[in-house]
Amino acid sequence: MTLRSALFASIALVTFAAPAQAVELEFYFPVAVGGKPAETVQALTDAYLAANPDVKINAIYTGSYADTTTKAITAARGGNAPQLVISLSTDMYKFIDEELVESFDRFLSDAEKAEWIGGFYPSFMLNSQYEGQTWGIPFQRSTPVLYWNKAAFAEAGLDPEKGPATWAEMVEMGKALTKKDANGNVTQWGVHIPSSGFPSWLWSGIVAGNGGKLQNDKGTEVYFNSPEAIAALEALVALSQTDGVQAPGILDWGGTPKAFFEGQAAMIWTTTGNLTNVRANAPFEFGVGMLPGLKQPGAPTGGGNFYLMKGSSDEELKAAVDFVKWATAPEQAADWTIATGYVAPRADIWETEKMKAYTADFPQALVARDQLDHAVAELSTFEGPRVTQLLNSALEAAITLQKSPKEALDAAQAEADAILAAYR
Amino acid sequence: MIRETPLDRILMRTAGWLLAALWIVPLTYALWSAFHPAAFEARFELTAPLTLENFVTAWGKAPFARYFLNTILLVTMVLTVQLVLCTLAAFAFARLEFPGKSVLFGLVLVQLLIMPDILLVENYRTMFRLGLVDTILAIGLPYFASGFAIFLLRQTFRTIPKELDEAARVEGCSLLGLLWRVYVPLGKPAMLAFGLVSVSHHWNNFLWPLVITNSVETRPLTVGLSIFATTDSGIEWAVINAATLMTSAPLLLGFLLFQRQFVQSFMRAGIK
Amino acid sequence: MPRRHWIHAWLLLLPAFVFLIAFTHYPAVQTLIDSFWSTPRGRRPSVFVGAENYTRMMADPVFAKAMWNSAIYAALTIPTSIVLSLAMALFVQARFRGVSLMRMAFFTPTVLPLIAVANIWLFFYAPGFGLIDQIRMFFGFGSANYVGQPATALYAVAAVTVWKEAGFFMIFYLAALQTIPTSLREAAAIEGCSRLTFFRRVTLPLIMPTTLFVSVNATINAFRLVDHVFVMTRGGPDNASMLLLYYIFENGFRYWDTAYAAALTMVLVAILTLVGIGQFFAADRRVHYR
Repeated sequence: MTLRSALFASIALVTFAAPAQAVELEFYFPVAVGGKPAETVQALTDAYLAANPDVKINAIYTGSYADTTTKAITAARGGNAPQLVISLSTDMYKFIDEELVESFDRFLSDAEKAEWIGGFYPSFMLNSQYEGQTWGIPFQRSTPVLYWNKAAFAEAGLDPEKGPATWAEMVEMGKALTKKDANGNVTQWGVHIPSSGFPSWLWSGIVAGNGGKLQNDKGTEVYFNSPEAIAALEALVALSQTDGVQAPGILDWGGTPKAFFEGQAAMIWTTTGNLTNVRANAPFEFGVGMLPGLKQPGAPTGGGNFYLMKGSSDEELKAAVDFVKWATAPEQAADWTIATGYVAPRADIWETEKMKAYTADFPQALVARDQLDHAVAELSTFEGPRVTQLLNSALEAAITLQKSPKEALDAAQAEADAILAAYR
Repeated sequence: MIRETPLDRILMRTAGWLLAALWIVPLTYALWSAFHPAAFEARFELTAPLTLENFVTAWGKAPFARYFLNTILLVTMVLTVQLVLCTLAAFAFARLEFPGKSVLFGLVLVQLLIMPDILLVENYRTMFRLGLVDTILAIGLPYFASGFAIFLLRQTFRTIPKELDEAARVEGCSLLGLLWRVYVPLGKPAMLAFGLVSVSHHWNNFLWPLVITNSVETRPLTVGLSIFATTDSGIEWAVINAATLMTSAPLLLGFLLFQRQFVQSFMRAGIK
Repeated sequence: MPRRHWIHAWLLLLPAFVFLIAFTHYPAVQTLIDSFWSTPRGRRPSVFVGAENYTRMMADPVFAKAMWNSAIYAALTIPTSIVLSLAMALFVQARFRGVSLMRMAFFTPTVLPLIAVANIWLFFYAPGFGLIDQIRMFFGFGSANYVGQPATALYAVAAVTVWKEAGFFMIFYLAALQTIPTSLREAAAIEGCSRLTFFRRVTLPLIMPTTLFVSVNATINAFRLVDHVFVMTRGGPDNASMLLLYYIFENGFRYWDTAYAAALTMVLVAILTLVGIGQFFAADRRVHYR
């Protein structure tokens, strides 16, 4: 008998010997989209509590993703870690590096691994597995898509039912959609690809669409200045500089839906997390399509995973894993997707009656699922936030014409190499 | 007396109103967007329908009643402790001679410059060791000894004529009795002035409460407000502004009602 | 007798100092110590590295940028806030119809939480549909992207800071103006002194202590007020609005490089100590509080 199985046996003994003792779990979660996700999470945990009286879950809303990560790490450093946290999928390497998280594998049988872990879309697992182990369970995941204003399309003489399939088409349509007033000032732009704060996310979609990739799967190498990446940045900069279909400068992420509603931009790129918001507030008919690529379809995934934090007893962690399994089961996950607009991360969720009814009524939601076949991992490396910030600054420098795309990316690559050298 | 000429008056009033108009624009916009449907966030049409829907949405998105209670408990606790501790300390600095006085006063001034906000990580560790994470007490603790209050009250106490001291001493007043009977009453305007500064600061403080609180039972209003400030999906100005107005209304009303006393207390406090 | 005084004094100071030491001095000293150690990573414990964090800082272009930006930010916001707050105080010191409305207009920014108002400013600055752009469009100008261009982002952020703090400083000036004895005005009138001369020769020198006090606070704010940077620019584009405290936060709470953040914090502490204490002693000398 190995030490581990001995441990498990004794845990099982304790568990069975004292069934009346309730396990108390703490669970941090962020809210990053509109709608009522906080209430939905509360409803989920309440439903679980009702079915499992021996477990007590304290779901704590902890603000934005950044705030949640900050709080989880601060709490862990203080020796007060919660058992579960929903944090960005890109935080995986950082969490592993800081030894803050446990792998899920330790609490799963081989059958469970195949059946449960194997059921998630592979593109979501790219940011969730490392060295053959599963560290994150996809939950509130998203992917960016293109939204277009059908009324504006019709007005410009374009087919309102057909969005752009390729980058070239998007530029062409954008030119038809860009309107100017008598003074020569633009009143409606063709395209709006937001670039504030974290431009690397959408840009990595352009790179994927150009057949490029930004990192290896160990999180130790990045390829910021590959020819595909440079061409992708040149195409983005050209939208305002030579094509004249996008407003110059950094475009704010938070104001993007508003720019769309106000008719400032006829096509926008933003997350599927905005589907519910756009559906409720757009004063016109809108279409949703996959991101048009330079060579092929391509998009990143984004959003949050469940993480299992170190610092609790195995009994508590096992109970936490059971909750995660329950929360990602088809019925519960379908409720979650419908309430928030997040992409259901497993094929079997889309098969539920609820989801079928939902997508029949709102077929735009299916675009995200179909795009997953072309999706790549979001940029995630060791020292992830720092490396990503380097890239973000480089992209911002190119978009605001401080540097040429090649110059900016070469510099970012050199700095990233210096940081990542320690991990190779 | 130098007279204001009519021209002076017109110039001063015009410039004043122009600046005031500019300054009030954000509040005006908050009112506009909060009382109109979201579709009119960026459209200023006189015919836009009025609605209270945004307030209902904001109120429903977070337990604001509880957050109000938490914030009120917080600012009351912080201010009470600050006044007691800082009055004692300021009195010692203003009226007593003792070794190490200037060094200690220097240490007080240090806190005016190095705000506890900068030292989040260390302070979180301390709170954890004390077992106080996620309590309203922990939000307030780092601010209990306020360098600003000690400085302000010391300046005020120093303007009080020493003859009053001696008169009280002659009557057999103890040191604390002297503080209570002479200095506290005369220091009231300074305390009121400081009180208003402290309340408005802690009512609006964000970063430290965000880090140290975990639950609805302890979170203050600002942290509750940040639920709307999230920008991953897009800013909902109408709801954010409704929530902002709700949470700031008590302070706005308070200032409107007490502004004269407020200014006069600063005047008498001798911050000059 | 004097010895009893000492004990009394120390007893009076004790409660305040318990809190001051526990939550300001101890963590500050701990931060200083941390700045000479490496950041502990899960697999690598913290080791003593001497001045390495500081030498790294010297070679860090973002740090240089943040220092430069903080200097510009301070140079912009401190004088502007002082001049505007004095002007506001002069505007509302007289009694006239609507004065309390005007006073409230100036004071509202103080009571509105910066984290929330930052969103309102984001709307004002938004290209296309934003308030400023709507006005520009009305007059036939093109769209401008204030927070999205490196040339203007820092100014856009600084404007919010001035808006936020000027009304608060106004209160101090207002109090100071009311303490100017009317006898001085009468004497000046007899000598046929103009209002402008009176302002320059009498008012300004008399409110000098307030100006010093306000400038200390404005200086502290110039390094402390960053809530709106979180919402508006996150230090971008390309670090154009990166400020020192925001960079400390990024290193400490985004990159979890606490040792480097500690070293940066010590730089901030040094700056504040130099500037602030210098001003305080200047204030104390000039004013002679008795």
